[in-house]
Amino acid sequence: MIGKRLTVLDEADRWLFRALMLVSIYVMVRGHNAPGGGFAGGLIAGSAFVLRYLAGGILRVRRSSIVNPSRLIGLGLIVSAVVAAVPLLSGDPALSSDIAKISLPVIGTVKVVSSSLFDLGVYLLVVGAVLTVLVHLGSDPLGDGT
Amino acid sequence: MTAVVLAHFLVGLTILAVGVRVPRLAVSSGVVVLLTAFIALIALARRDEEIHETWTWIGDLGLTIDLRLDGFAVVMGLVVSGLGALILAYAAAYFDHDRTFNRFAGVFVLFAGAMTGLVLSADLFTMFVFWEMTSLFSFLLIGLDDRSEKARKSALRALLTTGMGGLALLGAVALFQVEAGTTSFAALAESPPAGAVVNAALVLVLLAAFTKSAQFPFHFWLPGAMAAPTPVSAYLHSATMVKAGIVLVARMAPIFGDREFWRWSIVVCGGLTMMIGGLRALKQNDIKLLLAFGTVSQLGFMMILFGLGTPSLTYAGVAHLVAHAIFKAGLFLGVGVVDHTFGSRDITVLSGVGRKMKWLAALAVANALSMAGVIPLLGFATKEKALVGLIDSDHYVGGLGNIALVVVVLGSVVTVMYTLRFISGTFGRRSDAVDSDVRHRPGWLLVGPIVLLAGLSIIGGLVPGVLGDLVRGPAKSLDAAAKGHLVLWPGVNAAFLTSLGILAGGVALWRATQRLEWNRTIPINGERAYDVVYESVLSSSRRVTAVSQTGSLVVYLVATMTVVLAALVVAIFWAGDLTVDGLVIADSWQQALIVLGVCAASIALVIVRHRFVSAAMLGVVGFGVAVLFALHGAPDLALTQLLVETLTLVVFLLVLRQMPRRFDPSPSWVPRVFRLVVSLAVGAAMTFFALQVFDARTGTSVGEEYAVLSEPEAGGRNIVNVILVDFRGFDTLGEITVLAIAAIGVMNLVRMAQRQRRIEAASADEVVA
Repeated sequence: MIGKRLTVLDEADRWLFRALMLVSIYVMVRGHNAPGGGFAGGLIAGSAFVLRYLAGGILRVRRSSIVNPSRLIGLGLIVSAVVAAVPLLSGDPALSSDIAKISLPVIGTVKVVSSSLFDLGVYLLVVGAVLTVLVHLGSDPLGDGT
Repeated sequence: MTAVVLAHFLVGLTILAVGVRVPRLAVSSGVVVLLTAFIALIALARRDEEIHETWTWIGDLGLTIDLRLDGFAVVMGLVVSGLGALILAYAAAYFDHDRTFNRFAGVFVLFAGAMTGLVLSADLFTMFVFWEMTSLFSFLLIGLDDRSEKARKSALRALLTTGMGGLALLGAVALFQVEAGTTSFAALAESPPAGAVVNAALVLVLLAAFTKSAQFPFHFWLPGAMAAPTPVSAYLHSATMVKAGIVLVARMAPIFGDREFWRWSIVVCGGLTMMIGGLRALKQNDIKLLLAFGTVSQLGFMMILFGLGTPSLTYAGVAHLVAHAIFKAGLFLGVGVVDHTFGSRDITVLSGVGRKMKWLAALAVANALSMAGVIPLLGFATKEKALVGLIDSDHYVGGLGNIALVVVVLGSVVTVMYTLRFISGTFGRRSDAVDSDVRHRPGWLLVGPIVLLAGLSIIGGLVPGVLGDLVRGPAKSLDAAAKGHLVLWPGVNAAFLTSLGILAGGVALWRATQRLEWNRTIPINGERAYDVVYESVLSSSRRVTAVSQTGSLVVYLVATMTVVLAALVVAIFWAGDLTVDGLVIADSWQQALIVLGVCAASIALVIVRHRFVSAAMLGVVGFGVAVLFALHGAPDLALTQLLVETLTLVVFLLVLRQMPRRFDPSPSWVPRVFRLVVSLAVGAAMTFFALQVFDARTGTSVGEEYAVLSEPEAGGRNIVNVILVDFRGFDTLGEITVLAIAAIGVMNLVRMAQRQRRIEAASADEVVA
């Protein structure tokens, strides 16, 4: 932990962390049609964790991340690579995108593009990368968990 | 046919995976698959039409796996699978059934599959694929005893040498593909390409063949490979893998063998190989090494036969290839039995072996005499045929044929000499030593294969016509003009008299040199040359690394910037037009304000001596640029830049807290003035370049095209995102891979540092305690 613990940051973390995570997902999903995308979304989620780190130190970050960050990197890479490779099965070039229009009750017609899934992979990987760097550079020099 | 090859791989991998629990079943299944391959090849070969199977691998590049079962492939395939089955059965009795044995059995079967694929290859590319596989499996088998440093070193040496040849072969494949549009042997034979590029490809082919088949000056790896267990030596390093180079030359010689440089390289290298191998065999006390050098010598001999490629020499070559595989494998297996029974392979230790094991001695002597070319054994008939071919060859190759004949005659004399050394050294009695003790009686599984092979050498010699007829088709499949037949009694002619002369000369010289003490070492030898090259490559790469990777940030930066500067200066002057049109100072007052702020922060960044302040200034520059993006209507860029800047700043601070608060004084050896000049020059050039670029566009922007396609093609209105995930998705995939690697790199660096500190802390504690 850097310096003294600040109440302001503590409160900001409590209120903003979830909001930031939601925003990050929103930014990722809207990315196909408006500013945003997996990379930006991933970075926003990453900054949520940075806020948490500044407020509560490395332990709080570790407690709040459900999966091991390096696994998140692998998962993201696999998702993106698989989405990129799937069109090969039907003989199309890799990364060809498929557009589906699904009509849902209440919400109406939703257009789903397969490349959004690719963006999900990017999102996961970026979150994983930010968390990995944060957890490792943010831990103490001996790395014994204090 | 493809199934035959694949069956080897399947069984081999299965043995490696689960064989260790059921060693007997594992080795039996290996023998069964090799026998099945043997029978299947015979069955396939008896069909009327020639079998040809093609599997497209990468169609766009014209890469196919192309297998063809022509006559030569049948003969070689039968040698590979037949000898393989015999030797694997022998090995079951030779080894203890431990983990190493299982690895041996698995890799052995894999190798047999690769070698079968190699001889079946109908084009150079397919051959290359299997060629590399055999090198790899050979490496694993030579280094089977992975606890022995010598074995590991020999394995690496063999791998590097044959691997170099593999690269040369790949080069040849590429050159043929580019120049002739094909690497298929049949297509090349139909319309042989010519020219300098083809000649270069042929040099690479020769290089590949010479390394694989242990020709001078690459012969050194083969004796080293004797670190492998005897069954491996008998199979890979006498009967099969080392013949791969011969096979390659045999395939190419009928097409391209009429070139002078081809013939000369073959005769010079093959001849030197034959002589050097034979002479060094004469000096060996280890009978296995003696046989290994003998193999080197014989490979040189066969290289000459196939490389000159006249009709009768091609025929003699195929016949001798078979004869050699039989007698040399038999001899190696015999050495294995002697080693197993008496616990030694040293002729200065062994004594009275012939008396204690009369049958074994008789069998080994039969094979040895076949090697020396003594009538009435198989080796006589085939070598006789070779001599006939060489005597007649001046009709085809001019005076070179006579040179080849003289070399082969001299080499054969030496062959007779080392055969005598082998026989007397292994089985004779020494006056100065007590008779060796029998430690383990060999079982039938050890002796059986030798009986069979010696039987083939004897029967094949008595009725050579049978083999003679069998190899005619194969020889014709290499070269339609190939002709010849094998006979027991050729009648008194020039070749027969030469044979007698060789035998008489060999015996006489051997008796004469018995009294001499040979202690002179040859000043140049291959192993030492290899070691020198190997060491100097390593040390020079260390030196280059030390010079180019100093670890000094200043050096890296100055080097990078100087290159950038040079590139920019060249680019600017290349364009010629040095005027800047339509210069606008600023679009709006906000823009001007931000630019001024960014400039001020940049200058502050350089001046301050406090690391944290520097990092903060860097952040200011980044945020300023993000706002500029936003002002120019690029919200995506601005958003991403803003987020990246934030996170970068945090990461910076996390790292900086581990470092001194202030910058170190600058190193004195790069003067401040020099660094200042480089920085300013790069800055000026970059500015000028940026101004020029605006005027330099000649084509239309790709952005416009993407903007049109974005919605209908990729279903997205945000072009930036569509470009990232769709149009240039591969780039993104590459970039996120780099990001992943970088994050994992950070993780490992931190963990390494932490472990180091923990170790230091622990040792410090101990000192205190």
